[in-house]
Amino acid sequence: MIRSDGQPVSLFEYQQQGGYSALEKALQSSPSDITELVKDAQLQGRGGAGFLTGVKWGFVPMGEQAPTTKYLIVNADEMEPGTFKDRLLLEGNPHQMLEGIIISAYAIQAPKSYIFLRWAYKSSANRLLTAIQEATDAGYIGKDILNSGFDLEIALHTSVGRYMCGEETGLLSALEGGRAIPRAKPPFPQISGLFGKPSIVNNVETLCCVPHIVEKGAEWFKGLSIGDGGGTKLYGASGKVNTPGIYELPLGTPLREILEEHAGGMKNGYRFRAALPGGASTDFLTEEHMDVKMDFKSVSACGSRLGTGTIIVMDNHTCPVGFVHNLEHFFAQESCGWCTPCREGLPWVERILKSIELGEGQDGDLDVLREHTSGLGPGMTFCALAPGAMAPLKSALNYFEDDFQSHIREKKCPFREN
Amino acid sequence: MLNPKEINKINEEVSHLPRPSAACIEALKVVQEERGWVSDQNIKDIAKHLGMSAEEVDSVATFYNLIFRQPVGRNVILVCDSISCWVLGYEKIVEHLKEKLDLDWGGTTSDERFTLLPIPCLGTCDHAPALMINHDLHRDLKAEDLDDILAQYE
Ligand SMILES: Cc1cc2nc3c(=O)[nH]c(=O)nc-3n(C[C@H](O)[C@H](O)[C@H](O)COP(=O)(O)O)c2cc1C
Ligand code: SF4
Ligand code: FES
Repeated sequence: MIRSDGQPVSLFEYQQQGGYSALEKALQSSPSDITELVKDAQLQGRGGAGFLTGVKWGFVPMGEQAPTTKYLIVNADEMEPGTFKDRLLLEGNPHQMLEGIIISAYAIQAPKSYIFLRWAYKSSANRLLTAIQEATDAGYIGKDILNSGFDLEIALHTSVGRYMCGEETGLLSALEGGRAIPRAKPPFPQISGLFGKPSIVNNVETLCCVPHIVEKGAEWFKGLSIGDGGGTKLYGASGKVNTPGIYELPLGTPLREILEEHAGGMKNGYRFRAALPGGASTDFLTEEHMDVKMDFKSVSACGSRLGTGTIIVMDNHTCPVGFVHNLEHFFAQESCGWCTPCREGLPWVERILKSIELGEGQDGDLDVLREHTSGLGPGMTFCALAPGAMAPLKSALNYFEDDFQSHIREKKCPFREN
Repeated sequence: MLNPKEINKINEEVSHLPRPSAACIEALKVVQEERGWVSDQNIKDIAKHLGMSAEEVDSVATFYNLIFRQPVGRNVILVCDSISCWVLGYEKIVEHLKEKLDLDWGGTTSDERFTLLPIPCLGTCDHAPALMINHDLHRDLKAEDLDDILAQYE
């Protein structure tokens, strides 16, 4: 539920629509029942990796022997270029997410929750603070919530900007006050996370699904999807389409339907050439993939990833070399510097792309770029930033090699006038 | 020296955390909010207050894009330089700003009115190109609207 006038849904409106009744219901069940329900609903994490949420929660130690301090952490860092879905949820309906947090914290029996929000989301911060206060006054947050004996404190942390803050363990390092450097796994955060305590990190959109699953059941949630996995998904489109924006659709809606019906097709004078299906760190899809179902499994089968589901469209007047150069500039800048291939490799890639774009490319440049796509690929670095950075590059070299070649041959960018 | 207001705010943070050093980022934010940027002396003061070394605090300060270790102007312009904005005309926006303010990235105007910095995706890609000035988001930018936008800031 999101208002069309851009204002946040108030506590009163949210309650009128049945808000917080899922919380009442959840508090009458056992925590493990909630985790099982979320497993059965096949909710997959909406932060990019698509890991099953209930399964992740299932790793948290429970019962008398478990540590009493545990954390439920909301990943609201949203810095993946081209991604703007969590902002809509944070600004549009903060209570829905708070209800999701409280139920999820109850499921893992965490008495403390942090919302890790990126600095630039100023109005999200204000609206969240208001909503936290309202929910506290209404008895949904604090001590002995709705006479259940369950206590929960929710605190907002605003970040000071770095893509690595969004990486699960980098986020933990940042919350502890340090540089956002990732950590080795195992131990997994579910066992030893924030300040060494069991911690769950979930994306905003993931948590927003939870009240609906509790309210209407696992079967209903699964039934919303027309692809692999349960529920609806917030898809987005940006680039030269007629109606860029965010659209809530069944998980598994085909790429073509999202772009042609919901995003309104291409602007006059532009043709579709390719798209990144889910943010900067996903591989290009092209015309031949237009009928792919946009769920985690189907997009992977096309050699890409669903990622965040926010599609970035590249049109026929946009230079693929410039496009990828822009992406690699971002990744090179945001590398945390912890491991050598990423720290040294990404700036090198960026420099080569820049020189090709400026018409100063040389024979052999493409070989060097290709070497990087394997040298920085999955398993070669400490975290997923570097392989993510290679995804658009590798697929661009595959689909748009002619464009790279013509830049080198003609010693200029054919997409620029002079 | 940290002023009493800063010390209060930092101590308040520390009281919620298992160890003082965990408040390092918050402390940097508090000082920057008060003073606009974080000087070498501020770094030493924060370190002393939180029981850390100055090098440790500085390593945190320099890691984050939005902690300023140099003075900035009264208004900080953060231009989104990520992909959707690039596709939709970021280059024209930047050209106009650089020319109008006679600045390059990281520069501050001689009257200290504006500092110009790039920032990754502002999460408003459906309204690209976009920029932020201080806490305000400006979207669907056209080069010809920029002068009016700048005029709103003293
Ligand atoms: C470099 C990097 C940046 C990331 N940024 C975010 C982010 O901003 N928001 C997010 O939810 N997940 C982000 N992720 C994914 C998280 O590591 C993690 O998988 C996710 O928060 C888990 O939540 P989910 O299971 O609910 O999807 C990022 C991953 C990497 C490697
Ligand atoms: S892959 Fe890059 S971002 Fe990730 S740990 Fe290594 S240097 Fe840091
Ligand atoms: S790319 Fe500029 S707001 Fe997302």
